[in-house]
Amino acid sequence: MSAVIDHGHAGHDHHHGPAKGLMRWVLTTNHKDIGTMYLWFSFAMFLLGGSMAMVIRAELFQPGLQIVQPEFFNQMTTMHGLIMVFGAVMPAFVGLANWMIPLMIGAPDMALPRMNNFSFWLLPAAFSMLVSTLFMEGGGPNFGWTFYAPLSTTYAPESVTFFIFAIHLMGFSSIMGAINVVATILNLRAPGMTLMKMPLFVWTWLITAFLLIAVMPVLAGVVTMMLMDIHFGTSFFSAAGGGDPVLFQHVFWFFGHPEVYIMILPAFGAVSAIIPAFARKPLFGYTSMVYATASIAFLSFIVWAHHMFTVGIPLTGELFFMYATLLIAVPTGVKVFNWASTMWRGSMTFETPMLFAVAFVILFTIGGFSGLMLAIAPADFQYHDTYFVVAHFHYVLVPGAIFGIFASAYFWLPKWTGHMYDETLGKLHFWMSFIGMNMAFFPMHFVGLAGMPRRIPDYNMMFANFNMVSSIGAFMFGATQLLFLFIVIKCIRGGKAAPAKPWDGAEGLEWTIPSPAPYHTFQTPPDMSDEHEHRKGLAHD
Amino acid sequence: MGFLLWLVFSSAYASWGVNMTPGATEVSRTVFDLHMTIFWICVVIGVIVFGAMFWSMLVHRRSTGQQPAHFHESTTVEILWTVVPLVILVLMAIPATKTLIEIYDSSESELDIQITGYQWKWHYKYLGEDVEFFSNLTTPKDQINNKATKGEHYLLEVDEPLVVPVGTKVRFLITAADVIHSWWVPALAVKKDAIPGFINESWTRIDEPGLYRGQCTELCGKDHGFMPIVVEAKSKEDYAVWLAERKQLAMAEKELTSKEWTLDELMVRGEKAYNTACVACHQASGEGLPPMFPSLKGSAIATGPAAGHIGIVVNGKPGTSMAAFGKQLSEVDIAAIITYERNAWGNAVGDMVTPKDILAFKQAQE
Repeated sequence: MSAVIDHGHAGHDHHHGPAKGLMRWVLTTNHKDIGTMYLWFSFAMFLLGGSMAMVIRAELFQPGLQIVQPEFFNQMTTMHGLIMVFGAVMPAFVGLANWMIPLMIGAPDMALPRMNNFSFWLLPAAFSMLVSTLFMEGGGPNFGWTFYAPLSTTYAPESVTFFIFAIHLMGFSSIMGAINVVATILNLRAPGMTLMKMPLFVWTWLITAFLLIAVMPVLAGVVTMMLMDIHFGTSFFSAAGGGDPVLFQHVFWFFGHPEVYIMILPAFGAVSAIIPAFARKPLFGYTSMVYATASIAFLSFIVWAHHMFTVGIPLTGELFFMYATLLIAVPTGVKVFNWASTMWRGSMTFETPMLFAVAFVILFTIGGFSGLMLAIAPADFQYHDTYFVVAHFHYVLVPGAIFGIFASAYFWLPKWTGHMYDETLGKLHFWMSFIGMNMAFFPMHFVGLAGMPRRIPDYNMMFANFNMVSSIGAFMFGATQLLFLFIVIKCIRGGKAAPAKPWDGAEGLEWTIPSPAPYHTFQTPPDMSDEHEHRKGLAHD
Repeated sequence: MGFLLWLVFSSAYASWGVNMTPGATEVSRTVFDLHMTIFWICVVIGVIVFGAMFWSMLVHRRSTGQQPAHFHESTTVEILWTVVPLVILVLMAIPATKTLIEIYDSSESELDIQITGYQWKWHYKYLGEDVEFFSNLTTPKDQINNKATKGEHYLLEVDEPLVVPVGTKVRFLITAADVIHSWWVPALAVKKDAIPGFINESWTRIDEPGLYRGQCTELCGKDHGFMPIVVEAKSKEDYAVWLAERKQLAMAEKELTSKEWTLDELMVRGEKAYNTACVACHQASGEGLPPMFPSLKGSAIATGPAAGHIGIVVNGKPGTSMAAFGKQLSEVDIAAIITYERNAWGNAVGDMVTPKDILAFKQAQE
């Protein structure tokens, strides 16, 4: 309607600031507001999921049952996984996408702003419902974040129905968010910005969005089948009724494997922006980065059964999934080599975003190495479902996804808030996180190889030493994240004023607008045609 | 903190072991070699890549007055670092494939054992030998609740280990009765999921007599961490003696059904059997863990007519965790457990259910 009234006055739109009061946030269709809400929501979930990890590590501090009983322990491991995956990591990347994609491609907003609002507000509803199950009679989900049937159907607590509905809501939210990203990138790029000129963060998010659209319906399908089994008398996953419990795992991992790339590809993109900025040197092998990302996305669809090497799939299946999984190392290797080459002969400085980005490359690669080991099917018979796997996926998710998010947050905080964050505290946050995280997760490789299964509340004394080290590291990592909260609040409230481009080596359209970014940006799209860029480049020197 | 560290690290059984062990079979040694090979390949790649990165981070800094270079692509280099890793992977896949083919060949087995996972214990059945038994955790509750000193094999000890002969190809047929479990003994490099409705195959040939311990490795509910596996490998002669003893024992057990039992005898046996088969859910106090695991103390079923009580124990309750114990336990144990439940924790029905009643109930159903 406002479009009709304002017709002919479009040029004045940027004078309109945000609405006042609470309703600004409820009704907003502004990509920056929605991005901010996504990021705060994700951080709240990160602290909630993290506090559950603290319960887990406190119980595992010593052998014996001390703090919680096994039933509650299982609820903690399950909720920790669900909240971190669906509540912390995924919304954080959607928040970054909301904030940065329009700024990076010179678009005034996301393509579908009202749907954007709806996809955010579904999340608090979904997670309130999910977390409320902890207070229900019989407890919350206790069957692991992978919720294998029939433990999650016939043998589940009654709250499982609420869990299913919560997953549905998260799925709607993700699919809408992904459609929005695709529509924005394909339709709202500034004139002259061809696909191969897009920043890598935009590329990786475009590919991530297609992955989301492809696999979130599969997740919705598998939980719907569970719902049917529990309430409507079907037997999809019940052997007694002629169903197949292994079918559950095939369908789940067909979603689950692309899902793990959904949680890492946007971080690849962010790091590909940050490392060149602080090496003061262009990204090495842009084109190969794009193709490598696309290859990883394709391969993610044909490797799902490597999560199921022990379910008894036939030899040929086992071999196929082993070879396909090994192949993923090739494009992933290309990315790591490209990042290292970008650093090579640069002129590097190590501000907090760069510290997190470099730690990302090194520690993610360590997670990649253990992934390679896990891909070897006969060796996986020894690793599968032990703490070695827990170490592996925490190495790709914590210094992978989470460090990628921290690096992005520090990199773009000056643009978001108009202030520089406190560099000393930022570095302290990095080093505490780095030490805590390695202390928590590296010893898990050892106890896993020594024979400790995952998801157990108690263990033999031979695992005691490293479990205690793990717990101390985890407490350190957990406590450090409160420091991050303090740094962000401090940065919002004040600090040195940030220039439009606070990092001298940074590239991209987001640095051409003032800091903090005005409420409305790129009402008139910037001209990105080669000729125009060339002129600008000369003027710059 | 320091005191706590000292307390744990000085524990006699604690260890700083960081690696897999080669294990006790040819297959487990092959798997171990495979593991070490891929590990060292990763270490070499890691040293090269991280070495270059650290060198770069030390030398190519602005603070050393470094001017940034401008190179940003090279097709030759990209092809090189696509092809070289590919070659390494192919080299890695060859021994892995060989080992996998060997592991999948369970033909020509000399002994077949059916392994069934239950919430939360293992059942072993020697096919064609008429010997079968459950294997339960024996670690006392007091140790788990930190009221007693933990033993060396804390949580890794069972009442009846799986006994196998050495130097014999033993085939395992693995399945489950309720949810998915996974049977893992690290020293044998055997890990296979136990899935209801499926029978998975696996095999081993153990070289030396000894005890080999493992655990369930698929989350299977509340006591997933409390269903260990112990395999006892005996010499062929000792195994033959053991098997003969077990067969005799099975005969004697069957005769017990026709014995005349007194209430006291049933109560004594019932308490013992209850504490093995029922205690995980319904608890030693009989109060259960409502609402998932209901209380038996003063419950309508445990204090009502005996027929109803027998029915639920023998047939279970579909859609819940209550299993059909008619197929798991002997008539004697079922009768003893029911008698115990009806007369323990203040339940004072006073009646007695005998093994013959159970037999009659089962026969009436057929």
